[in-house]
Amino acid sequence: MFSVDRWQEIFETIKKNRLRTFLSGFTVALGIFIFIVLFGFGNGLKNSFDKFFLDDATNTLWLSGGKTSKPYKGFKADRRIEFENSDLTDIGQNFAFYLESITPRITRGARARYKNKSDNYSTRAVGPSHQIVEKTIMMKGRFINQADVKDATKNIVIGRMAAKDLFKDEDAMGKYVELGSSAFKVVGVFQDEGGDREERLIYMPYTTRQILEKNNDKVSQIIVSFRPEIGHVGALAFEKQLRLFMKNKKSIDPTDENGIYIRNVADQLKKNQQFASVLQLIVTFVGIGTLIAGIIGISNIMVFVVKERTKELGIRKALGATPKSVINIILHESIFITTISGFVGMISGIVLLKSIGEELKDFFILNPYIELSTAAFSTFLLILFGAIAGYIPAKRAASIKPIVALRDE
Amino acid sequence: MSNYQFKPNKALMIKIKNLYKSYKMGNSSLQVLKGINIEIEEGELVAIMGSSGSGKSTLLNILGMLDVADKGVYKLDDVLIENLDETLAAKYRNKFLGFVFQSFNLINYKSALENVALPLYYQGLNRKSRQKIALDYLEKVGLGNWSSHLPSELSGGQKQRVAIARALASQPKVLLADEPTGALDSVTSNEVMGLIQKINNEGKTILVVTHEIDIAKMCKRIVTLKDGVILEDKKVKQVIIT
Repeated sequence: MFSVDRWQEIFETIKKNRLRTFLSGFTVALGIFIFIVLFGFGNGLKNSFDKFFLDDATNTLWLSGGKTSKPYKGFKADRRIEFENSDLTDIGQNFAFYLESITPRITRGARARYKNKSDNYSTRAVGPSHQIVEKTIMMKGRFINQADVKDATKNIVIGRMAAKDLFKDEDAMGKYVELGSSAFKVVGVFQDEGGDREERLIYMPYTTRQILEKNNDKVSQIIVSFRPEIGHVGALAFEKQLRLFMKNKKSIDPTDENGIYIRNVADQLKKNQQFASVLQLIVTFVGIGTLIAGIIGISNIMVFVVKERTKELGIRKALGATPKSVINIILHESIFITTISGFVGMISGIVLLKSIGEELKDFFILNPYIELSTAAFSTFLLILFGAIAGYIPAKRAASIKPIVALRDE
Repeated sequence: MSNYQFKPNKALMIKIKNLYKSYKMGNSSLQVLKGINIEIEEGELVAIMGSSGSGKSTLLNILGMLDVADKGVYKLDDVLIENLDETLAAKYRNKFLGFVFQSFNLINYKSALENVALPLYYQGLNRKSRQKIALDYLEKVGLGNWSSHLPSELSGGQKQRVAIARALASQPKVLLADEPTGALDSVTSNEVMGLIQKINNEGKTILVVTHEIDIAKMCKRIVTLKDGVILEDKKVKQVIIT
């Protein structure tokens, strides 16, 4: 039931009791503001975590050789383990059930030169399926293909930034770049979400790299991607079997921790996601704590307000105010103030989150945000509890006999 | 008990019969009113006198429906006042009664005009007519030029006149004044009592609770209470304030 008169009466009270209005409004606005900012930061942290894994495929195992720490089968400890081309085919044959793709990677630094421009770049000698595990996106041309590997061609695929540095405005496609002492033909330009560093890379067929290095068949790293359907448990089983298989093949003591390293991205991701979830939980907990603090704050203020107004309410009752109208006047005022300041706090929190954007990237807070529904719900909650907190003392004030209220000095 | 003889030539405004009231003090109870009988006609100006603890304020609170009697009959303008819940009491107070308190009890953040207009708000009048009526009453108590002032900007006498204007604004049947001059000096007291006499002369029924005999003598009838009973109830020759 809307009454202009009642609202006029309430506005007058609000206007003429500025400190009181400010205190209760500020408490609510601050509570909701802190809640939204905290919650947004929590989401920002989670964004950062996701981002670390976004630019690579997550269904991958990364194998690299190390040094054995135990003697085994007549081999001494401290033996360096290296992979070879035969390992690629062996893994392919033995783990066909799990396998999606397999590629080696040999990383070497190289000086690249085009015309009079030259600089140092990292090169990666890989197989065709490397494109999948790194989520390399082709802008022009193609990636290293099977024919390149088979014939050990002198074709390269260069990153966007490398192309920009070497070729400026020229089209890199089909041009020849000097790497070390041989000339390579650019067959593709790529981009990568991993950032500038990744876009400065140069890819070549791994067989070409092996020929350049005295025609050996060494592979420093093997990247295996498994079929996503096998799930997390399947991935762990695959990792375990693969480790056993490789240790057996390389004659490493099964209990030796150091011969072969396998990095399971899926498992890491899962652990990190769990960590992020715990973090989110903590942030939510702190956020709820802030909300509760806000609720307690507004409750305190309401108790104080009613106490302060006891005499006024007594006068009003002596002049004919019914208990209902006394409750109404307090509730309307409190709901009005909490609603306005709640939304002020909510909007300023959201605006702050929006304006931060990427500025807190260094603190692992990336694009902090809060769902509007969460923000609105928490604001509503604070308003609701503010009203309940106001109702209880208002009800008590309304039932005080005016004579008692008037005696109160 | 009563030695004042009721003459039924005017309408009966207040009728109190066998009124009892006690307050609980821990385990025991304190009997404050022990069978009060009064009848007050329309247009009377009655002083209720007594020392503190005589029960005069309790009687006024019951008359003002700020408190409820344990036992007895209370009729106001032929309406039997009983079984009051807070809502009904509020309605009756607004309709029948105007209050003037010793400590003025103005709302400190409202201007004189808004204070006077407040009972009219609870009568459901619109803002415009509230302010018009309130200004009329402020002018009546001689404070027409002070309507926008806050109580803190007014002297004690002015505050009490605002309070009287507020009590009159709702056009009550009876004006109840609880030590209306208690917080005022003698000159200002006389001013306020003069105003009360003027209002009474216009026909309003007024009850004044006081412990000062000088103030009581400015009324037309003095009811003296002692230990919860009426000691004396007599008409007096009114001291007129000029």
